Amino acid sequence: MAITEENPGYKWVGTRPIRPDGLEKVTGKARFGADLALPGMLHGKVVRSPHAHAEIVSIDTSAAEAMPGVKAVITGADFPDLAANGAHAGDIDVATNTIARDKVLYEGHVVAAVAAITREQAEAAAKAVEITYEVLPHVLTVDEAMADGAPLLHDGMITKGVDPAPEDPSNIASKILHERGDLDQGFGEADSVVEREFTTKPVHQGYIEPHAAVADANSDGRANLWCSSQGHFQMRAYTATVLGVSPGNIKVTAAEIGGGFGGKTVIYLEPLAVRLSQRAGRPVKLVMDRDEVFRATGPTSGTRIKVKMGATKDGKMTAAEVWMAYEAGAYAGSPVGAAGMTAIACYDIPNFVVEGYDVVCNKPRVAAYRAPGAPMAAFAVESVVDELARNLEIDPIDIRLANAAVEGTQASYGPKFPRIGFVETLEAIKDHPNYSEELGPNQGRGVSAGFWFNAGMMSSATVHINENGTATVVTGSPDIGGSRQSMALMAAEELGIPYESIKPVVADTETVGFNDVTGGSRVTLATGAAVVDACRLVVEDLRSRAAKTWDVELDQVEWVEGQAQHIDGAQPPLSLGDLAKKSGRTGGPISANASLNSRGVGAGFSTQLCDVEVDPETGVTRVIRYLTAQDAGRAISPDYVEGQMQGGVVQGIGWALNEEYIHDTDGVMENPSFLDYRIPVASDLPMIDCSIVEVPNPAHPYGVRGVGEVGIVPPMAAVGNAINDAVDVRMTELPMSPIKVLEAITDQSD
Amino acid sequence: MSRTHISAVINGDETEFLTEDGTSLLNALRDEVGLTGAKEGCGTGDCGSCSVLIDDRVTCACLVFAPEADGATIVTVEGLATSGELHPLQQCFLEGAALQCGICTPGFLMAAKALLDRNPDPTETEIRYALAGNLCRCTGYDKIIRAVQEAAREIREK
Ligand code: FES
Ligand code: FES
Repeated sequence: MAITEENPGYKWVGTRPIRPDGLEKVTGKARFGADLALPGMLHGKVVRSPHAHAEIVSIDTSAAEAMPGVKAVITGADFPDLAANGAHAGDIDVATNTIARDKVLYEGHVVAAVAAITREQAEAAAKAVEITYEVLPHVLTVDEAMADGAPLLHDGMITKGVDPAPEDPSNIASKILHERGDLDQGFGEADSVVEREFTTKPVHQGYIEPHAAVADANSDGRANLWCSSQGHFQMRAYTATVLGVSPGNIKVTAAEIGGGFGGKTVIYLEPLAVRLSQRAGRPVKLVMDRDEVFRATGPTSGTRIKVKMGATKDGKMTAAEVWMAYEAGAYAGSPVGAAGMTAIACYDIPNFVVEGYDVVCNKPRVAAYRAPGAPMAAFAVESVVDELARNLEIDPIDIRLANAAVEGTQASYGPKFPRIGFVETLEAIKDHPNYSEELGPNQGRGVSAGFWFNAGMMSSATVHINENGTATVVTGSPDIGGSRQSMALMAAEELGIPYESIKPVVADTETVGFNDVTGGSRVTLATGAAVVDACRLVVEDLRSRAAKTWDVELDQVEWVEGQAQHIDGAQPPLSLGDLAKKSGRTGGPISANASLNSRGVGAGFSTQLCDVEVDPETGVTRVIRYLTAQDAGRAISPDYVEGQMQGGVVQGIGWALNEEYIHDTDGVMENPSFLDYRIPVASDLPMIDCSIVEVPNPAHPYGVRGVGEVGIVPPMAAVGNAINDAVDVRMTELPMSPIKVLEAITDQSD
Repeated sequence: MSRTHISAVINGDETEFLTEDGTSLLNALRDEVGLTGAKEGCGTGDCGSCSVLIDDRVTCACLVFAPEADGATIVTVEGLATSGELHPLQQCFLEGAALQCGICTPGFLMAAKALLDRNPDPTETEIRYALAGNLCRCTGYDKIIRAVQEAAREIREK
């Protein structure tokens, strides 16, 4: 492990104990979204559009309602018409994506839902809902959607970000633009210019747990909701909006969550479950099948990206021109904005234009996926950087070092970077033995880098000291990959009591203050900072209780390793346990709350090194060695930092080599199963070597930056560059499947 | 609808339940028997998160009709720890941080147990192929493979 700053002697932070929720997860006790059953609970089933684009002419639910066991059938008409109520456009999109009103916009779009006593009865009733459609022409890709005369998804869509605003509607929701300097001058100064065009396909987050929700509505308008999500406060807000009720009417309890990667920051089933429960007067459970997950949730955008970059013979980048179009799926909101901001953020380039388009098409609405938008842009840019290095005969790490963003660099998207660790990740790769490991025939090595902002946002935490001197740390951030452990480690460090004496809890929406979603790599940073703040308030309180007990001034008391000490040693120390026991006599129970908004986000960088072997007979690419170096700021919980790094890399390898949405000409998804949408399995992969770089984020009490996302940014270009190194073909389309690699090899030898 | 009466030994206990003919063993275990440790990730045999042992063979419970389990001996993740003591695989998964979200963990534990029961000294490649029917989207498999290697070592040394 590379440590760039001396470890300041933490006792708990940076250690690898067993996670607090681990036992329940290895014994099958942990309750995930689909595991809850309530007395009298009904099973629901959703009815989905078989068409990519169609008017809903009529819906007849009478036959379904008459089926055995059926207790409720709902359609779009059972929900408030937010458009008529003058709601915000974004809310209307959420509502109509949850259940269609007049028109379906993708295959899998929800049209109706039923609840019945048994699962089988619900399935039968769902089939009996009679829907008449008038099929409309559809568009599936950015090219089709942006073509002249393309069928429109939304009649009123006028492209934002264009001045003057276009008069006619189109499928382009918005345009983004970042520019600096003078492109012509920049390209004029270059000794090598590379220009390439890239395409990528939509890919799914691929969490193993399908979406699930259980709702139990009361006749007074209140409802309880259990769901597996990346943010139960967010689920509450969206559900309330779609139902047209106050968020305070809905209590949401977070189930354990079986993966999300961004895809569980949005709602699908929750308002349907609540409405069904209201109509039926009984609890209702809705669980998606895997094919529903593929057809109607996630994915992230398919894209077309053009990149032109120039550099001088000593490797200095002089200009970059990037054009990109991102599929948004059925509603505005692709991650092209983040793509535009991240595309060249690793480098200090004096002249650039980055232009992007958010384009709607008849596919499921895209959802966040790990560093949303950045990986596709990085695939394009990092492939071109590799080609520049080859043309100029410069080492791929050296060309990146020559242009790397450092503290004080004006980021391509605006602000100046504070202390960042990009250079350190490049050096960690260069210094690693993998960098000089010998390669065999048909083997190749690729380098790639990535940037992600990381997020801060809002978090709340409460710390209670129990009567025996242990502590309960309550937050509202669902733990998706070990964050309970990082909360407990920071609390142990602050309070000076053993990690094992701390119980971290993820509480429901009525038991803890507001928390934004578990997303943006923010929980250890922001919720962690709230925990630290709350612990410091508790310590303050403990010191004042000791001062009171000793009848001395507060400044005579310090908190050292879990006990109050008199600065002169004039009193025997009082441990946290002693003070907890006396709490009744010193002011009552000991606890503190802290809430905050987004303090000091620390940007994340990752550099990766991939070795592949390509079979020139079949085009099959096998990753034989992989190394990832990432700046964690501070690895509070190194086991789970590595886990995030490795997981991001492997998702990226899947994206690089296998994964893609395939639609037929009618706009129907052809591969909505794990058999046909193939994510990496254990036998596809080597071990994923990790080098944790620690350049502390100066704005966080422990230097945390957030580690969840940036790891998925570099892999596609790392794999592509390695393929190029192995068999001398430049792959510009994802996935780099055997057939495409074979074609490229054949074309090149023709 | 008539329901079929099933008797099976589940996690060491004689267990009886009623099921419809078309119900999967996975749904019967989860809904009728109340054992929700096995998870449904796909329902089509492609993810392994529903893996259980049926007469010592690792099987996707989503692919077995519940009535087929009549008379069988079934072990689910809930039966892996014996009298309060974790199986070495469970302990090694905890110590090696071989789970992130944990939804795939029950399936991996059962598939790994089946492997180690028949081959206590597998190579890394053998482990990777034995677990290739189990999907994990969080970990990249690295720590899972290492945890299985470690558990194998501990079992051999016992
Ligand atoms: S649920 Fe059985 S294999 Fe996926
Ligand atoms: S730990 Fe989440 S799928 Fe394996």
